[in-house]
Amino acid sequence: MAAKTLTIDGRQVSAEEGATILQAAEEAGAKIPTLCHLDGIYDVGACRLCLVEVAGVPKLLPACTTKVAEGMDVRTDSERIRSYRRINFELLLAERNHICAVCVANGHCELQTLAYSLGVDHVRYDYRFPRWEVDTTHSLFGMDHNRCVLCSRCVRVCWHIEGAGTKNVAGRGAQSRIITDLNMPWKHADSCTSCGKCVQACPTGALFHKGSTVGEMERDRSKLEFIVTAREKGQWIAPD
Amino acid sequence: MKTRLATVWLGGCSGCHMSFLDLDEFLIDLIQQVDVVYSPVVDAKEYPEDVDVCLIEGAVCNEDHLEMVHRIRLRTDKVVAFGDCAVTGNVAAIRNQLGLGNHENVLQRAYVEAAQLNPRVPSEPGIVPPLLERVMPVHEVIHVDYHLPGCPPSAARIRTFLTQLLAGEEPRLTGEDIKFG
Repeated sequence: MAAKTLTIDGRQVSAEEGATILQAAEEAGAKIPTLCHLDGIYDVGACRLCLVEVAGVPKLLPACTTKVAEGMDVRTDSERIRSYRRINFELLLAERNHICAVCVANGHCELQTLAYSLGVDHVRYDYRFPRWEVDTTHSLFGMDHNRCVLCSRCVRVCWHIEGAGTKNVAGRGAQSRIITDLNMPWKHADSCTSCGKCVQACPTGALFHKGSTVGEMERDRSKLEFIVTAREKGQWIAPD
Repeated sequence: MKTRLATVWLGGCSGCHMSFLDLDEFLIDLIQQVDVVYSPVVDAKEYPEDVDVCLIEGAVCNEDHLEMVHRIRLRTDKVVAFGDCAVTGNVAAIRNQLGLGNHENVLQRAYVEAAQLNPRVPSEPGIVPPLLERVMPVHEVIHVDYHLPGCPPSAARIRTFLTQLLAGEEPRLTGEDIKFG
């Protein structure tokens, strides 16, 4: 495959054709914050935290879904980028009810970690305080929509690693939400194989093992690694 | 001259003040540098004039809190939102999810439906402050100079913050020192 030569933060790097800016930047050692990205599943550019500047393009572009091109000049950090990343991030916090102090994922949460790494010590927008349900009908797992950031990682592992297609995004705008099957309680979603990949993939406390209490929802990183390599190793197919 | 320090307890659990007391022997160093002019732990009835620094614990939940934060802003140089309730509303603001009218519903639930003896919503005009329609983080009501998140902020975090501030530097907490929760 042809290689492309581009500049990332002033450094000349080469990347395979078809690679994303995010992949090229990671190889070049530039750290770009991500939330909806999960190694091993395809990217959708949902969270807008990986925004970067590309010379000649007036708007910021998501690094995870923008492909590298010959001669591209990319900046992964600037005052403008930090400002927009922070705006996007604060809007995520204001949109639903993220109460770290009483969350199962407290201390093990990507959203919480991102907040302090982006320097967010308060949210400048009014919190919306929406009212969302908690679905605890499944025998093993729970879904708390209050803590969901709509990254859709659960949807993507469900469709493209497990191949079950139980999880989906329904609705538009502020009413967007994760549903199971045809918007039915999780226990009635017949397509669900109870594999738990969605729970491992979730960056926040939105998907959790039932019975875990504040701070107890630790994810098993070895299972995440399975998600990353399962497709290439063909492990998600049951042996005959 | 010593820094005039106030600490205030609004709609919170007092955990942030407990964490403040967890400063242990640093409190002795601290008292060399500050006069605690108003606090739940000192006997001052009125919030005084010319306060240099005020740590506000808790969210703005009732009419007393609302009046208090405005008074604090008028009389204080540096206002600090102290802990997650002051910074985000936190647990105190969960009632906001019930929508408008929640201030009546929560009182009904707590004092009537859940009461075993004398079910009655407390109403003593001038004594029991009425709840606001919705709970607000402090910076939604007044200008806040610094945010010190955490539920509660650890004693080490409070110490780092106060040390920077009292040294005349612009307090700059970074990394895990600004972690929520």
